[in-house]
Amino acid sequence: MSAPLLEVEALAVHFPVRGRGGPRTLRAVDGVGFTLSAGETLGIVGESGCGKSTLARALLGLVPVSAGTVRFGGAPVDYADQRGLRPLRRAVRLVFQDPLASLNPRFTVRQSVREPLDIFEPGLASRERDRRALEMLERVGLGSGFAARFPHELSGGQNQRVSLARALVAEPRLVICDEAVSALDVSIQAQILNLLADIQRDTGIALLFISHDLSVVRHVSRRLLVLYLGRVMEHGEASAVFANPRHPYTRSLLDAVPVPDPAIERARARAAPPLAGELPSPLDPPSGCVFRTRCPRATPLCKITPPPLTGEARSAFACHHPLEDTRR
Amino acid sequence: MNAPAPVLAVEDLTVRFETRRGPVEAVRGVSFTLAQGRSLGIVGESGSGKSQTCFAIMGLLPGNARVGGSARLEGEELLGLPRQRLDRLRGRRMGIVFQDPMTALTPHRTVGAQLCEVLRQHEGVSAAEARQRALEIMDRVRITDPERRFAMYPFELSGGMRQRIVIATALVLRPALLIADEPTTALDVTVQAEVLRTFRAVVEHTGTSLVLVTHDLGVVAGACDEVAVMYAGRVVERAEVAALFRAPAHPYTRALLECRPRLDDAPVERLRSIEGQPPASAVDAPGCAFAPRCRFAAPRCTGERPALRPRQDADGVTRWVACHLDDDAAVAGGPA
Repeated sequence: MSAPLLEVEALAVHFPVRGRGGPRTLRAVDGVGFTLSAGETLGIVGESGCGKSTLARALLGLVPVSAGTVRFGGAPVDYADQRGLRPLRRAVRLVFQDPLASLNPRFTVRQSVREPLDIFEPGLASRERDRRALEMLERVGLGSGFAARFPHELSGGQNQRVSLARALVAEPRLVICDEAVSALDVSIQAQILNLLADIQRDTGIALLFISHDLSVVRHVSRRLLVLYLGRVMEHGEASAVFANPRHPYTRSLLDAVPVPDPAIERARARAAPPLAGELPSPLDPPSGCVFRTRCPRATPLCKITPPPLTGEARSAFACHHPLEDTRR
Repeated sequence: MNAPAPVLAVEDLTVRFETRRGPVEAVRGVSFTLAQGRSLGIVGESGSGKSQTCFAIMGLLPGNARVGGSARLEGEELLGLPRQRLDRLRGRRMGIVFQDPMTALTPHRTVGAQLCEVLRQHEGVSAAEARQRALEIMDRVRITDPERRFAMYPFELSGGMRQRIVIATALVLRPALLIADEPTTALDVTVQAEVLRTFRAVVEHTGTSLVLVTHDLGVVAGACDEVAVMYAGRVVERAEVAALFRAPAHPYTRALLECRPRLDDAPVERLRSIEGQPPASAVDAPGCAFAPRCRFAAPRCTGERPALRPRQDADGVTRWVACHLDDDAAVAGGPA
């Protein structure tokens, strides 16, 4: 096995919060670790507020990293050195949910796609930058006819193709998709997911795929990371985790996904609600296991001792009372 | 035939917007009826006209909209109704739930006060009675500890709790019809599951009828009795949920189901996608609007528009389909 492209160890992002009762700490991401190799896709799932987007931003140094180490291409990343981050920001590109909010409305499609080259390859002849921008547009399925158009003239799916072209034009090694297909219609979603798969096959880029949509995540991911209140609940091979979740939280998430089958849905409606209670405040997380307040399997032990991440690479989980391993 | 009068009867509804760039047809002749205590899911992608259909029924279209056809609520024509009468109907006979609960609630008043205000405005009940009924309805939408939540502000509640308060507000006057436009789209899956259960329970226990607009067929499978699939301003298929999911008849319905990865299926290498895009709402092709993207399109499909016609499947279940390809075998087996 080749050395991983991205190695994250015990990463933490803590925000100081001032308010009634004095300064406190919001632990948005707490002790998250994973590795990601070239050509691989890691899916990150969890409810809103679980820290999945903060994690993505921290990797790029867009929010301050409080603790932990990140190695990219084998070398440690120093987030204090803003200038030194430039190569990282070229090699790691982000694609967001709403392309209209991330594309400059006054740039033509060609300008938007060309901009990363203007920044990272100023030595390149202007004509060459244009050529590469148009080539990339072609690659994402937008012919040269789109080059002179503006974002408002394009559909959501077309704009997301532009965002992808812009992310890919400077030949990154890792693309982080933060809910990148969530706002698209299902028929367009499938087009973009297939396009991403093709591009990954051709270029060997690594993908970090953040989404609340578990069906989509299962489709794209080789490995999976399940977050809850900034902590890793379960981490392993996507096929193993989806087929046989060991953490009760993962199970609850999977059970909540609506399935286009009335018989299954009716049966579920008669069963117990998927996840009781409310998401606790990240400012005041429960002691011990953070999931225990909503967990059907919680015991007094869970209140005292935070469960460590145990298991193997195929399937690791942080739970004192894991669900049965049905694959043995 | 002495079937009970439907709660909602929509006939040949059209919605047209006059814009600076010319007219845009959002809804092009939609008809359906909804019986008491039944729930109908309207499914479609953006631009299919599903939300505009509801806005027309609710009387919430902007000034540049021209509405045609008919929409009757318990026999009363809604289209062209004077503003005052409509204001009374909305809330009283027709409850409305939108996507974002935060914009539907007033941020600076407690949720209890907002619920009571609806009751006092419309029914002129006493403060004590309003409080009593507000607590009852909060309990009905499965809000635990309603006494405590009654005194809370919207920001103190979670997203799912807020959306349940909005549903409670829509239901508190015991309307005959509840219209919900993408009510769970902004919510996490876990919360969505809970809110959908709430809708189901409400329809079962109060006998209200429900129109639920969504882009997600999975949502419809659990929450609705019937489904209408819309494409380019028209209904292309209408059926009971069980029949629709067992054997979708329209190629568009099939494609919609196929291009979503599913958790209950074996993983697939590649998703089936619907190439191209939905047509612009300014142009109305003479044929089937889906024909340019349809795997099964025949020459006839581009020249002649298929009408929404009843079709009986092997089990004797009737559904309505607007497609020239009547031969189910051809659709199931793919193009020869």
